[in-house]
Amino acid sequence: MTEPRGSALGHRLAERDLTAAPDALNLLESSASADSADRQDLLKATSPAVLGHEPAGHVVGITGPPGAGKSTLISVLVRELRAADRSVAVIAVDPSSKRSGGSLLGDRARIDFDPADKNLLIRSMATGDRLGGLARPTRDAAAALSAAYDVVIVETVGVGQSETEIADIADTVCVVVQPASGDALQFIKSGIMEIPDVLVVTKADLGQIAQRARRDLHAALRSLGATKTSVVAVSSVPPASGISDLIDAVDAHGESVDLVTERAARRRAQALTEFAEEHGRKGMTALGGRRAAVKEVKTLDPTLDVPQMVAELLRRAES
Amino acid sequence: MSDHRLPKPDRPWMMRTYAGHSTAAKSNELYRGNLAKGQTGLSIAFDLPTQTGYDAGDELARGEVGKVGVPVAHRGDMKVLLDGIPLDQMNTSMTINATAAWLLGLYIVAAEEQGATEDQLQGTTQNDIIKEFLARGTYAFPPAPSMRLIADMVAYTVTNVPKWNPINICSYHLQEAGATPIQEIAYAMSNAIAVLDAVRDRVDESLMPQVFSRISFFVNAGVRFIEEHAKLRAMSILWDELGRERYGVTDDKLRRFRYGVQVNSLGLTEAQPENNVQRIVLETLAVTLGRDARARAIQLPAWNEALGLPRPWDQQWSLRIQQVMAFETDILDYPDIFEGSKVMDGLVAEMLEGSRAEMAVVAEHGGAVEAVPYMKAELVESHRARIRKIETGEMKVVGINDYRETEHSPLTDDSEGGILVVDSAVEAQQTEALVKWRSERDQAAVDAALAEVARVAETPDENIMPSTIAAARAGATTGEWSATLRNAFGEYRAPTGVGEAAGSFAGDEELEGLRDEVDRVSEAIGRRIRILVGKPGLDGHSNGAEQIAVRARDAGMDVVYEGIRLTPSQIAASAVQEGVHVIGLSILSGSHRELIPSVIGALKEAGAGDVPVVVGGIIPDQDVPELTAAGVAAVYTPKDYNLTEIISEIVALVAERNGVAQSA
Repeated sequence: MTEPRGSALGHRLAERDLTAAPDALNLLESSASADSADRQDLLKATSPAVLGHEPAGHVVGITGPPGAGKSTLISVLVRELRAADRSVAVIAVDPSSKRSGGSLLGDRARIDFDPADKNLLIRSMATGDRLGGLARPTRDAAAALSAAYDVVIVETVGVGQSETEIADIADTVCVVVQPASGDALQFIKSGIMEIPDVLVVTKADLGQIAQRARRDLHAALRSLGATKTSVVAVSSVPPASGISDLIDAVDAHGESVDLVTERAARRRAQALTEFAEEHGRKGMTALGGRRAAVKEVKTLDPTLDVPQMVAELLRRAES
Repeated sequence: MSDHRLPKPDRPWMMRTYAGHSTAAKSNELYRGNLAKGQTGLSIAFDLPTQTGYDAGDELARGEVGKVGVPVAHRGDMKVLLDGIPLDQMNTSMTINATAAWLLGLYIVAAEEQGATEDQLQGTTQNDIIKEFLARGTYAFPPAPSMRLIADMVAYTVTNVPKWNPINICSYHLQEAGATPIQEIAYAMSNAIAVLDAVRDRVDESLMPQVFSRISFFVNAGVRFIEEHAKLRAMSILWDELGRERYGVTDDKLRRFRYGVQVNSLGLTEAQPENNVQRIVLETLAVTLGRDARARAIQLPAWNEALGLPRPWDQQWSLRIQQVMAFETDILDYPDIFEGSKVMDGLVAEMLEGSRAEMAVVAEHGGAVEAVPYMKAELVESHRARIRKIETGEMKVVGINDYRETEHSPLTDDSEGGILVVDSAVEAQQTEALVKWRSERDQAAVDAALAEVARVAETPDENIMPSTIAAARAGATTGEWSATLRNAFGEYRAPTGVGEAAGSFAGDEELEGLRDEVDRVSEAIGRRIRILVGKPGLDGHSNGAEQIAVRARDAGMDVVYEGIRLTPSQIAASAVQEGVHVIGLSILSGSHRELIPSVIGALKEAGAGDVPVVVGGIIPDQDVPELTAAGVAAVYTPKDYNLTEIISEIVALVAERNGVAQSA
């Protein structure tokens, strides 16, 4: 008997067979109940429990307001990462229209890519009907692809809410701002925006303006005691500058955090959210209420993937 | 002497025909024929590889060589193209933008070989990059270095080629992309400001009045010809104001608003194409009727433009329209006939008010270069609104959404369907000729000349023209010069504007029904229907593709919009990576017979041969069977004006291919 589709795709990803990625994403995006078991198999096959370690890929979130220059930045960032022979997956997330349910995913048109390059994947994703944030498939996709690619970039639009969301799935969060806009500074000071791991000031070709913005942000962060956040000024227009500084900053952050603990904590938090969504107040009550559930989730095997954690919570709730 | 007659009739405007195809030799023959018929200036149409800086033989040039214009790769081609045409007397307009500096270089060298000097040359290089980002898509370099090339050309010509118009600020293509008259005025004027400000940094302040006087415009005129005439009067007032107030030009003569025109193609129809003749005539009135805002140069489209490329006879018909207008009517006998007209003054005042407000918005964005994403989104939205009006019948288009019954038209009865078909052997011939050219030139001289172009490119304070002219003289090619600059400046992909377009919803029951169907099919498949929309080849006219993308989104589909200038292998890779259910491709350049089968081949190779492909664009009826045989699921042409209907057929196609039963 051939291996079921989901685990076959998961195993191929685990073996870093990048040709499995598009089909894996199609499966993870599927809402068909017939695909549900396959989807869970895929996530399981790329989970730390099965791999024996956390997936090696670094999940980097890139977010910022529209017009900050994210797509162009990602275009040059990808080129530099590929030049260093690191495989890259880009998940570009755009909002769905509330009225029609459809979406216009235009980032691909702004990113230069070589179709012959098998180590680069660009996938557009719509937020779908999920209120205010990243679609479930985005989280699953980032987790599964991190088993196969060296770097997984998740790009989202917005400032204020979205970087909180992206912090739930990314190891390192970069917020991209334009030099002239004071929004980021205001958001950070007022606490609307969580402090990112890396703050990227674009359009460094504007020279002094960008440098001043960089200094202002740096000072603001210091005054808030956020000494760990790096502030990098980049220019995506040729001659591009600051890109390798950005990569260094992202890498340094990735190395400085305890991925095993952080990812497990994120999975647990997500499992609890999904459990609450799927099983409602009744399910939570069965776990002994919210506070008990939070404690309960901390006793779960940290290497499990999210669906397995949810299943385990359900088992405990029912027992 | 009465003041309602001129002492003697005015001289007519310059008459041109936008022409060129296949090869330099064939186009030269065409130009000489046109001049013999009474045409008074030349208007060179270059093919898309020349416009975007690729040589025949480049992967991106496939299918496009010699199609919508003539390929000019080096001074040898330019010499053949202009053979027997005295360049010391001719007035030549070249529709060339990203590579304008290069083509001007070749023109100067060709003139030099004829014995003509730079100061004798008269003509225009279109050279307007902002509208390429906004509407036409034949850009090559990022905005900043593109603006520098323009400024370099202006600075060079104002002293060395003083009778040359180094830039034609184009509002033409903005109207083709859906601009309202006010947008056309405001964006063109803002564009001119961006250019003049850039030049101000590169020339001596005392030259600015001369610089200002060398800036000309290239406008459009639609069939609402009275309003269109008001638009031109408003532009001339704004231009005068700008010269006086912003650039301190005190000499009235140097502030004259000078423009050439190609009348509207957007409103020309594929259905009952003979009606286009009267549309063209009426549009010509917009730019000739009032003496105070009359065109300096006119070129008219041909009646069959929505069908394919015009033949010499079709172009002759358009030239004859101009000649009848200038020589048979009394249009040139009078002073301005709108002077004192309440209607005209009122219309002009409206336009001025609207344009000033819109120019202020562009200025708030930091000027035209910075406002490209804003303007692009506004244009996509205007075009969407226009199409919507045609769909609902609010805007009548004879033969399209009304008065559709027709007798058989004998005009398209010949074997080719009443259009010009470019021999597909042209591409191979041009590629071969280029190999020969390269083998016979002094390679060391070419290498040295290109190295100098590269050095200057990276030295922003130096003017690019002298090294460019030297490279043209040495025998470098269009692709080589462009590659040198791409290397120095980097490449660029312009904003698409589709993300911001408003949805078309209110009261649209057809669309409501379609959304339910999209939801139903998506649920059955497990994923929301995903469509990839893009343009293979070098054709940058993305309006149609953008509108399909916006409507597909409004119908509830997830739309991956990939934009322009895609190779077949890029489309195939994207289709696989994005996991799309269907692919929509748009081509207007006539290269569909080469490119579409290549895309389908690439899809098969990438393992996505089962993803259906639909094609839209200017596709002659007789080519449809060939495309269907190659595996295309459906072909749409300009007569399919109802976008919701097209999307609905695409949804049905996806349902069928994925085994989803029809709804009850």
